[in-house]
Parts: sequence; C-alpha cells; structure tokens
Amino acid sequence: MLENGWDTFEIGTILRPFEGAVTDIVNTLPEHRNYSKSNSFSISVADWRIEKPLLNLEECIHCQFCWIYCPDMSIISREKKMVTIDFDHCKGCGICVEVCPTNALLMFPEQMDEAEALSNWPQEENTKVKEN
Amino acid sequence: MTQIKAKTKNLKNFSTSTERFEGSNLLCPGCAHSIIVREVLNATDDNLILAASTGCLEVCTAVYPHTSWDASWIHIGFENGSSAVAGAEAMHKALKKKGRLKQPERTPKFVAFGGDGATYDIGFQWISGCFERGHDMMYVCLDNEVYANTGGQRSSSTPIGASATTSPAGRTSYGEKRNKKDIMAIMAAHGAPYVAQVAPNKWKDMVKKIQTGFATEGPVFINAMSACTTEWKFAPEDTIAISDLATESLVFPLYEIIDGTELNITYRPKNVIPVRDYLGAQGRFKHLFSKQYEYLIDEWQSRVDAKWEYLQRREEARV
Ligand SMILES: Cc1ncc(C[n+]2csc(CCOP(=O)(O)OP(=O)(O)O)c2C)c(N)n1
Ligand code: SF4
Ligand code: SF4
Ligand code: SF4
Repeated sequence: MLENGWDTFEIGTILRPFEGAVTDIVNTLPEHRNYSKSNSFSISVADWRIEKPLLNLEECIHCQFCWIYCPDMSIISREKKMVTIDFDHCKGCGICVEVCPTNALLMFPEQMDEAEALSNWPQEENTKVKEN
Repeated sequence: MTQIKAKTKNLKNFSTSTERFEGSNLLCPGCAHSIIVREVLNATDDNLILAASTGCLEVCTAVYPHTSWDASWIHIGFENGSSAVAGAEAMHKALKKKGRLKQPERTPKFVAFGGDGATYDIGFQWISGCFERGHDMMYVCLDNEVYANTGGQRSSSTPIGASATTSPAGRTSYGEKRNKKDIMAIMAAHGAPYVAQVAPNKWKDMVKKIQTGFATEGPVFINAMSACTTEWKFAPEDTIAISDLATESLVFPLYEIIDGTELNITYRPKNVIPVRDYLGAQGRFKHLFSKQYEYLIDEWQSRVDAKWEYLQRREEARV
C-alpha cells in the first residue's frame, strides 16, 4: 500500500495508524505504541526548518506553556517535566520560545550545534511573565 | 469524568495527557488548528469517533498514504462531516439497543471538525439538521474567518474590512463589506443544550467548555477562534500573541449559551485593549491604517463595544 502515491488513492481507503489491535491508547505513551508506516509519526517535516528551538534545562521551570501551545506535538513532557524537543516533528514555528516565561528556549539557526548554543546561552534579557 | 477533570486542574497535570493527534502533518508552522484539536482531544480519555470536513485540517492530516489521527477518523465531503459523525452516533445507539456492541460499557465521544467555510456556509444545512435531530455529538468549528485551504476566499465569517482574495482591499475597496455572521446566536436558536465560543490561548476555559460539552447529552456547538498565520498575515511565532490580542480586545469574546437562553460570559479581561491593536498586528487589516479607511477602525471599536454590552445584558437578564 505504501508504494502507492496520492494519485492512486481509492475512495474508501482506510489508513491504519497502528499495527495490530490497540486497546488502551490513552494509557500508552508514544514510545510504547506500535505505529504503522501509515502513521505520520513515522515521517519527518524537519526539512521545513530554517531555525530550531533549543532547550536549556537549567533555565526551565517546567511550567508546560511550551507543551500546550506547540502546534506540532514536538515538546516531549514526561511526568509534568519538560524533557526534550522532537526534531522530526518540529516545524520551527517559534511559538514555544515566545510563550516561554524564562530564557529556557531560544531559536538558533538549524545548522548550529546544540552544545555550542548551550555554552554561549544568551543572558536573560527581561523575563516575560505570563498568567494563565 | 472525575479523573479527567482532576487532570485539567492545572497545566502541569494536563501535560500528562497522551496525544492522539500526531506531528508531521502538513499544517503551516504556527497553525492554530492543531493547537485547538489537541486541546479538544486531550480533554477526554474516552474513545473517539471523529470526522473532518474538507479544509486545511483534513487535507493536511490525511495526506495519503499517511494519517495523523490515532483514533477513528473519517473524511467524506466538505459539507457533511457533521452528518458522518451523526450517522456513526445513531448506529452506535442502535447497536447498543440491540445488544450487539462488543464493549457496551464504553461509549465513545463523537466529534466533527469543520472550518468556517464548511460551517458557516457550505455545511450549514447539514449541521442544522444534526442539531434539529438532536444527535449526541459535538461540532467544533475551526474559525479562521476565511477559506484558507483553497487560497483565502472570503466566507460569511470573514469580518468587515479584512482583505481576502475574493474581497481584496485596494484603491476602490476596503475589503470585505459585510459583518461576520453571528453563528453562536444561530446555533443557540436551535435550542441546542450547549453552545460555546473558545480560543486556544485560554486553554483552561476551552478545556472546561469541551468537558462540559462532552458531559452534555445532545448536540453541542463549539466555535473556536483559529488564528491563521497565512491568511491573517502574521509571523508563525505570534499565533498565541495574536490570539491574546483577540480575547483581550473582546473582538473574540468568550462565552457560552445553555439551552438556547442562559448566557454566561466566561472570561473578562482585566485590561481591555483597543481593537486597533488587534487589527494592527495582522496584514489582512493593514490598509485600514491608511487615511482613506481609518474611520473603519472606529466603527470596528463601536461594534465590539456594542456586542460586549449586549452580551453583558443578556447574561444579566438570563433570557
Ligand atoms: C462541495 C465542495 N465545494 C468546494 C470544495 C473546495 N474546497 C476544499 S477546501 C475549501 C475551503 C475550506 O475552507 P474552510 O472550511 O474555512 O476551512 P479552512 O481551510 O479555512 O480550515 C474549499 C472551498 C470542496 N472540496 N467541496
Ligand atoms: S518551534 Fe514550534 S513546532 Fe517546534 S517545538 Fe517550538 S512550538 Fe513546537
Ligand atoms: S515554557 Fe520554558 S520554562 Fe516552561 S516548560 Fe517550556 S521550556 Fe520550560
Ligand atoms: S493556511 Fe492557515 S489554517 Fe491553513 S494550515 Fe496554514 S495556518 Fe493553518
């Protein structure tokens, strides 16, 4: 099926997001899901990006604003803590940086090395405080 | 329901939700459609039966041979996402009655999504039918005030003065000539048990309304403001900032209407900002800031003030 292109699409096509039966999806974390090749999870939109957000965990207060407002499910939070950014699915929109109340997320050129960015992390300009 | 309500008490708790909507869809960077969809889907732990009318959300999340939906999801036509979900709901009810459901204790939530083109205009008759028949479903309009997917034509949700491809601003025109349709009043007039207007930047208000909607028996209508970076013409990182301007200026007031009559305002900005600030942040209103059309900004402000006054009076009068 996956060899077919969009122009061979047939009316009534069913795309299955998972391999085999799925019983309790809300209690199954993405890393434990049996994604099928048809699931967009398996592909990447990283080549869209010119700039990427990088995370400095030392500045992060785990408020989760970036998680709720990321349109691309690319902020990985586990047990109420911001963990990392999923760079396969992040389109580099920059919303997470805008809503971050501390200096924990900043946009950098796509090709920049993460370690280099972290070692030269800009000083906090003015901390934005957002209510919610 | 108690468990999930506790989950949304604060953002840290809410962030333990597991997504049922996947990345690597083809929505534009910064598109509010997917922020809204996530807030809706994460508001419940129940199984989901979903539909989407043709539009940005549909074409970008079901790009053959890929799907971004980890739930039962159907696309049929531009006009009838609502009836597809209503059909599934009716079938579920019938099978349950006949004792033919494998898991009768699990009742899924039935939700249809549509853009404002699909909702205010082309699919309106189908939605109206679903509401008249009283299906137990939720209809969510992703209101970006334009037919975004086909190049930004005006819809009956496009506000006055906005430049759209079929109502462009120029030397002889200030853009869209008509006022945005009051879809909230129209849907409430169906006598629907729950009708609410939401915005994704006010996530708590939104999730609370979605949960009220899910707990309501019968048809529920949600009008969700969806800032569109492409057609409203703003930078992708500003989606939440623009949404904040909309709710703080009262251009997009947040309220609900219960049983067609009881109106409650659910968010009152502490400092109401001028409508001018909202308009000025978007390219689609740029021309209003020229000498020729500036009078329209004052007219906009008066309209927004009058609507706010009206909502407050309705709330007070309980009619
Ligand atoms: C009956 C019918 N008429 C026209 C179209 C072409 N069409 C596809 S998407 C679209 C615009 C959708 O606009 P809207 O519902 O506002 O959603 P948005 O793309 O803005 O999210 C149109 C006109 C169609 N698919 N079917
Ligand atoms: S840049 Fe945009 S897509 Fe990427 S993580 Fe931030 S909010 Fe998400
Ligand atoms: S918004 Fe900033 S501070 Fe809050 S969780 Fe994200 S990175 Fe951390
Ligand atoms: S055109 Fe607008 S609504 Fe459509 S995907 Fe892009 S930002 Fe979203």
